[in-house]
Amino acid sequence: MAKRVGIEVSIAVSEAVKLANVDVVAAYPITPQTHIVEHLAELVADGHLDAEFIPVESEHSAMSTCCGSSAAGARTYTATSSQGQALMLEICYIAPALRLPIVMTVANRSLSGPISIWNDHSDMMMSRDTGWIQTVAENGQEAFDLTLHAFRVAEDSRVLLPVIINLDGFTLTHVIEPIEILDQKEVDRYLPPYQPQMRLDPEDPVSIGPVGMPEVYTEAKKAQDEAIKGSKEVILEAWQEFGDLFGRYYKPVETYRTDGAETLLVTMGSLSETAMTAVDHMRAKGKDVGLVRIRLFRPFPFEEFLAAVEGAKQIAVMDRALCLNGAGGPLAIEVKAALYDEPERPYIWNYVAGLAGRDVTIENFVEMADGVEAAAADGLRGDYTMINVRE
Amino acid sequence: MIEIRFHGRGGQGAVTSAELTALAAIEQGKYAQAFPSFGPERRGAPVMAYVRVSDEPIRTREKIYEPDIVVVLDPTLLGIVNVAAGLKEDGVVVLNTTKSAEEIRERSGITAKLALVDASRIAMETMGIPITNTTLLGAMLKATDLLPLSALEGPLQERFGRIAVKNIQASQRAYQETVVKE
Repeated sequence: MAKRVGIEVSIAVSEAVKLANVDVVAAYPITPQTHIVEHLAELVADGHLDAEFIPVESEHSAMSTCCGSSAAGARTYTATSSQGQALMLEICYIAPALRLPIVMTVANRSLSGPISIWNDHSDMMMSRDTGWIQTVAENGQEAFDLTLHAFRVAEDSRVLLPVIINLDGFTLTHVIEPIEILDQKEVDRYLPPYQPQMRLDPEDPVSIGPVGMPEVYTEAKKAQDEAIKGSKEVILEAWQEFGDLFGRYYKPVETYRTDGAETLLVTMGSLSETAMTAVDHMRAKGKDVGLVRIRLFRPFPFEEFLAAVEGAKQIAVMDRALCLNGAGGPLAIEVKAALYDEPERPYIWNYVAGLAGRDVTIENFVEMADGVEAAAADGLRGDYTMINVRE
Repeated sequence: MIEIRFHGRGGQGAVTSAELTALAAIEQGKYAQAFPSFGPERRGAPVMAYVRVSDEPIRTREKIYEPDIVVVLDPTLLGIVNVAAGLKEDGVVVLNTTKSAEEIRERSGITAKLALVDASRIAMETMGIPITNTTLLGAMLKATDLLPLSALEGPLQERFGRIAVKNIQASQRAYQETVVKE
């Protein structure tokens, strides 16, 4: 039976990895991911998890090791943050191209410089185009649930792609909150043992990852693109089944009080909870504001997103990363692209907020809703501005 | 929703205090969030840790700016850190001190309700170490109706194992000895 416990979110993530009964964990510690990996090392050392824990000398080695073990048919997990992910990025592009169903938690942290250990989404955006499926957790329960979901999706023979679960560093990783921890029997019903389709085996040798000559590279990329697009169906199916089994249903795009809302906020990650409270405050004052939260970042759920924002007059998109000198933050660019071909498009203003742990308050979300309404009324050309910045 | 801020120095267990409070509340069926002030940890430096406790699911990730309860583990922080910053009008400051309420008010300018206890002495007498975090939890529960004192036993047992009993005794003694001054 599932048990509701007070637990640090990082530890709950490690418990989910343990319940997924992984075969190999290869990881290098980095703040704020450290507690996840430390706890897994402890679980292996104490004999609670029968897995190989491979303490590597860098994140580049961590992902290389994960590729090797996954190619050999082992259920494989790692976790990282920020600079660590930057170091492993070379191999992050290779894992999905080789169709290796590795699962990785990224405890989101800003990228240097200036050197910062605090939370934003710049690492998530750095790996945007790697070809990994990416989900985003709003709270500890989701971090736990999405971890199990990740293994289920990654290893599905219709998918075979690596999955990143993003969770906000510190703001989630270091918080103690109530989380319902499923038991082994429940997890086993949801997550079958991994059945590799093809694996490195000395008795039956194959080559994985040979050079892609100009004659095949384009076709290989076409196949990979189709694979990640096609993964959405399985992602939805796996969420549906999770809900049927455990009562918590997840969607790629979630809405909060959007009925009749002329103004919408668009968010990703744990600050969506603060945004919900801000929406409650504004609704109480008679302001028609709603919230759209993106849970599935890759593949981007265009269809669901368009349905969620239908009828809105203006949208304030919050980004937690800069796309320096681009057309806005990465999420706003995505949202604008999604809406470009629609016959009727809402007005969009983009707010960059919460960089490197800078607090984003309920009041800041009210500011964003007021701001986009004022900019729309004034007919300003849509742009991006930063919240809470000293100029 | 009740919001709490713990002030201590790195190594004194302020973060543990926050964690234990949240664990106790969750065990009582409530919702809670405990979090440290995120960043590098430095022994001896002033640190803060935070808790939210509510009967409803907690939907905010803001920092805590206007606490209902402030708990100060280290008496030397008064005058260095504005421990009453943002405290709600009907809030309470729980202090580890040997001083009187008048002396505290004069020295710190705090006008809010005070809960005073010589936690260092209680901790030394019951546990033999001047670590006052679990002791002050007893004082905090005396000064507020956040949770029953018995709610601490489960989390203390789980965290401290065989030395839990001394921590429980220290919190109980603080509960008895704490003086609340409106």
